[in-house]
Amino acid sequence: MAIEARHVSKHFGTFTALDDVSVTVGDGALMALLGPSGSGKSTLLRIIAGLESPDEGEIVIGGEPVTDMPARSRGVGFVFQHYAPFKHMTVHDNVAFGLSVRKRPKSEIEARVNELLGLVRLDGLAKRYPSQLSGGQLQRMALARALAVQPKVLLLDEPFGALDAQVRGELRAWLRRLHDEIHVTTIFVTHDQEEAMEVAEQIVVMNDGRIEQAGSPRELYESPSNEFVMSFIGPVNRIGDAFVRPHDVQILAHDDGSATEALIKRVVHLGFEVRVELTLPDGRDIWAQVTRGTAQELELHEGQILPVRLPQPRVFAA
Amino acid sequence: MSSSASGSIALSPETVGHAAPRRGDPRADGAARARKLGVRTVALGYLALLLLAPVAMIFYRTFEHGLSPVWHAVTEPNAQHAFWLSLEIVAIAVPLNTVFGIGMALLLERGRFKGKALLGMLIDLPFAISPVVIGLALVLAYGKTGWLGDWLAENGIQVIFSVPGMVIATAIVSLPFVARETMPVLREIGTDAEQAASTLGANGWQTFWRITLPAIRWGVVYGVVLTTARALGEFGAVSIVSGRIEGETQTLPLYVQARFENFDVTGAYTAAVVLALLAFATLVLMNLLTRKTRAEGEGRAKPGRSRRPGWPLPFRGRGAGGPTEVTN
Repeated sequence: MAIEARHVSKHFGTFTALDDVSVTVGDGALMALLGPSGSGKSTLLRIIAGLESPDEGEIVIGGEPVTDMPARSRGVGFVFQHYAPFKHMTVHDNVAFGLSVRKRPKSEIEARVNELLGLVRLDGLAKRYPSQLSGGQLQRMALARALAVQPKVLLLDEPFGALDAQVRGELRAWLRRLHDEIHVTTIFVTHDQEEAMEVAEQIVVMNDGRIEQAGSPRELYESPSNEFVMSFIGPVNRIGDAFVRPHDVQILAHDDGSATEALIKRVVHLGFEVRVELTLPDGRDIWAQVTRGTAQELELHEGQILPVRLPQPRVFAA
Repeated sequence: MSSSASGSIALSPETVGHAAPRRGDPRADGAARARKLGVRTVALGYLALLLLAPVAMIFYRTFEHGLSPVWHAVTEPNAQHAFWLSLEIVAIAVPLNTVFGIGMALLLERGRFKGKALLGMLIDLPFAISPVVIGLALVLAYGKTGWLGDWLAENGIQVIFSVPGMVIATAIVSLPFVARETMPVLREIGTDAEQAASTLGANGWQTFWRITLPAIRWGVVYGVVLTTARALGEFGAVSIVSGRIEGETQTLPLYVQARFENFDVTGAYTAAVVLALLAFATLVLMNLLTRKTRAEGEGRAKPGRSRRPGWPLPFRGRGAGGPTEVTN
């Protein structure tokens, strides 16, 4: 079901967490709310869930205004940043909770819990307690618990934030597949642009309680509408008021007249990617992102002076 | 004892010169052990002097002349009455304070309202005020010449010099325990699980019974133990409110005092021993209960956790989901 936030504002004391924010998420979409901490993304998510109430504005889920509805009646599945497991209950009982407070028949609960534990690949762990699970397992349990009540929308607050890099990568891919399977409208909050780009179809970039830009990952990367989005999504070199992506900085073998000279300060090999730190004649430092092949071909090394071509830099109106 | 620990290694001039206490340095280890032993001796000695020796003396004096005088003292009708009256008062006051304490803790930890700080202070008042003052205040409020005296008399309710007044007095002096023991646990568990329950469709009542209460139960249990112990032993406030009528409004502590003043040493000591045993039984019962339930529940956690101190505050210091960070 579609989710709409209309002109939502929220203050905590003198702090403005959200300032007239409007977002629309299409039915079945997978959207990321991306921004640095303090940008208001979690607050927006919690307002949509009904865990906070907005000072102004409206929330509409599936065409129905839910602004004054308590969280328990909204039909949202919410996955908390630290999973919020019910520690005194087994994995089975955690997942069954939503159904059991709805007083569903036992047989139905059993069937649904087993189905979900299969879906999140926790089949054998039904009798365990949360303290016996790893972070990734807790995460999947929390997801199964949220999905058990067949929510209209699924909301995830920094779902991978507390996991180590490898598990995080696996879970991202898995969430993506899961979404393709169950098609529930999903919003997740993240401060990690790579995560947002990898998982989401749509990204809303937030900063200081406002929306900077919304669009597909590609749109945001290729045509950022302002300085913040440009520098938040993907790496940048800042040259005065202008911005250049490091992979647009070209290191040449021979000067063809259009290049300036630069001194290589450092070469960092990151595998396929090689990061070359340069100093321009005017003393400014930039870095270039080249492939391993290019680096080998040009025999890049520290102290070398090479011609470098800078593309037309992007300048945003102040 | 400390000399044997640290004196096992001769002090050569070199080692004295740069005696940086390192791990594995036998001399530093010895000193640390001696320090630890010293601290333990002082702590235990203090406890022995203040608590163990006097209590042991009571036990000794009670059974000094064999069991027959003790049996006689225990079966004495007034003693029996005092015993059951004490239990009756505890049976009413403790559940009342448990419900009130949990409610208060929830209000203070989860509620948002003006005057919260004031309420938090008020709840500690029974600890600050002398029980005698509380007793006097109750007489002033509910006594015959008191503020509510006329109304109570008209409706045939006697509070002062009878059981209701004694229950009220006991409840007041033991009021803060449950709330004070529950509040830190509530703070530590945070609100995430409760919010998760609400997004899953649970109403406030369901959330309380199925999520909050199980999470705070050890705090509550400990509060109940303290409340019971305090209620059993209450003397000052009850002494004033009850009128100390033998065989009618005499609780066990009052009985001990009365016997002692009447030079019935055996009666006083015996009743005192019964009181001490009741308190001890409360502690043991609660300890067993906690262990049993914990073994069934979350305690079957990771192996490394099994050596958690069993008593008294199992929740403190344990990461219960971590503090809820306010992101954004």
